[in-house]
Amino acid sequence: MNQAVAEKDHYLSVFDRSEQGGAGPPWVRPLRHEAISRFAVLGFPTTKDEEWKYTSVSPILQFPFRPAPPPSEEGAAIAAVERATAIDLPPDRLVFVNGHYAPKLSSVRGVRERLKALSLRDAFGAAPDSLKPHLARYADYRAHAFVALNTAFMVDGAYLHVPVTVVEAYFGAPDTVYFTNGVTEIVAGEGAVVDHYKLVQESDAAFHVATQQARLERNANFVSHLILLGGGLVRNDVNAVLDGEGVECALNGLFLAADDQHVDSHTRIDHVKPHGCSRELYKGILNGKARGVFSGKIYVHKSAPKTDAKQTNKNLLLSEQALIDTKPQLEIHNNDVKCTHGSTIGQLDQDALFYLRARGIGLEEARELLTHAFASEIIRGIKVAAIRDQLDRTVRTSLGNQFRAKERGS
Amino acid sequence: MLEIKNLHAGAASKPILRGINLRVRAGEVHAIMGPNGSGKSTLAHVLSGRETYGVTAGEVIYEGKNLLEMSPEERAQEGIFLAFQYPVEIPGVSTTYVLKAALNAVRKHRGLEELDAMDFLALVKEKMKLVEMDQELLNRSINDGFSGGEKKRNEIFQMAVLDPKLAILDETDSGLDIDALKIVAGGVNALRSEERAMIVITHYQRLLNYIVPDFVHVLYDGRIVKSGGKDLAEELEAKGYDWVKEGGKAAPEASA
Repeated sequence: MNQAVAEKDHYLSVFDRSEQGGAGPPWVRPLRHEAISRFAVLGFPTTKDEEWKYTSVSPILQFPFRPAPPPSEEGAAIAAVERATAIDLPPDRLVFVNGHYAPKLSSVRGVRERLKALSLRDAFGAAPDSLKPHLARYADYRAHAFVALNTAFMVDGAYLHVPVTVVEAYFGAPDTVYFTNGVTEIVAGEGAVVDHYKLVQESDAAFHVATQQARLERNANFVSHLILLGGGLVRNDVNAVLDGEGVECALNGLFLAADDQHVDSHTRIDHVKPHGCSRELYKGILNGKARGVFSGKIYVHKSAPKTDAKQTNKNLLLSEQALIDTKPQLEIHNNDVKCTHGSTIGQLDQDALFYLRARGIGLEEARELLTHAFASEIIRGIKVAAIRDQLDRTVRTSLGNQFRAKERGS
Repeated sequence: MLEIKNLHAGAASKPILRGINLRVRAGEVHAIMGPNGSGKSTLAHVLSGRETYGVTAGEVIYEGKNLLEMSPEERAQEGIFLAFQYPVEIPGVSTTYVLKAALNAVRKHRGLEELDAMDFLALVKEKMKLVEMDQELLNRSINDGFSGGEKKRNEIFQMAVLDPKLAILDETDSGLDIDALKIVAGGVNALRSEERAMIVITHYQRLLNYIVPDFVHVLYDGRIVKSGGKDLAEELEAKGYDWVKEGGKAAPEASA
């Protein structure tokens, strides 16, 4: 029996033993069962699968993970995270520890009037009917093993209705090994404006595999910012379906990887209806022996004339050993469209580096400055000042740690 | 302050400088003129520590120290400033940010405390006036989308803030119209002092009408073939570079 099959059986048996305790209204149980049977059929992807060509999940399979219990002491867990990340918690927040809602650490007072923000467990109790048409209806557990695994094991989550701006952030205590398997489903109804930010700052020994699936209806405006800073192995998929006329969609991404990190970022934009506009800018910064992957597909359906799509991927390699695989793809089934894509891989501009050094700025500081400048194109695109400043500080700290670690090491 | 002895340097095994000798004292302004390809910009970059050029022979003593052993940033911290012929555009980094980092690096090297935000701002405001810099320009990405004149003014402005002992101006006049040239030259002249030396590199005599040098050297084929006072520049303008080219090869090595 190969490793992937053995590991698949491990998750199936964990499911059999834990399923009885699953929360939720009656319709959730068959959903979980369907998801686990799909997972049984799909199994874990291998590098023979085109979508997983550059990312082997075998490091995840070495550990027999099981659903994490709620922590006995929420405060201690969050304090460890706060120390590790120096992040300021926003006033309105839903906090989950080990995937379980932590009411003592959460606060939604400020938003309660305008929108619904509650844990999935509470939503199961309070609004099961409004959840039913949406939950697990967009991210396709029938086709993707990790989405299936997430759906089968879901016990808690965040449920937001009519949000304007959402920041989804993942943190972990340093050096701990764990596996985050996330799914985010976003529906932007007619004319809705949704800004979604996702920050991943997991422990460098952790695994993070997640999908954000957005369905965008007529004249919706959707902006996604993805910032991947930490995690040993990270695979993130952002998928947007422009399923109404006149949708505007912007996907921005930034990833920073160093040491032995492996960061794989996939995106897919489906233009299904006419007059859709999509803009995508993903940037990668790789240092040490890090390995990065960008795979972005823009799929223009026959039913989507007057589509205007632009995809850009830029990568900066800071070391000789760092590696990036980039795969920008356009697939167009309608002639009346405007689509461009481009990808670059480069090193720091030697002229710029010399210019800064000739002003007295040390080599490492100059490299850090130019690297931050490269990253800042993504940060500057963030509309909300508080989020922009916080993420800018986080990226600066992360870069600073990287460059100073290098100085110490040399 | 600076003594260059028999300096040979090149790029990718191609010799460019073939025995430069030059002595510059505090307070002096030296102009280095020469036709395209004579090695003027190479000299500027070698003095600033650009690693793309390799020094194959000779030495450069700056303030009693071996300059060629220092990194570019050390040279800058020791008081050498290069005003670039082609100032580099760096999207995402403002002039203010670069200047603050540079100034603090220089101050740290000199054992001084970092300037606080208020003092830094006051210094910037004072020096801006020298070359009529716009505050708005300083907060934009450095040189990014600047006009030719704005870029050169920005170089002289940075020089004013960093207060170097030795300034090397590499074709600061190139690409400037007469009004911009006057502003830039005015800034440079305001920075002339007894303690500061300048090496002004130019292709044309025009700049030297505004920045009047104490010495003029003609560089040709990697060597200084003629040295003299400011009149030499005028003579060169009248007779053209062919005049030195003809005499250059036969003339003995000149030194100042």
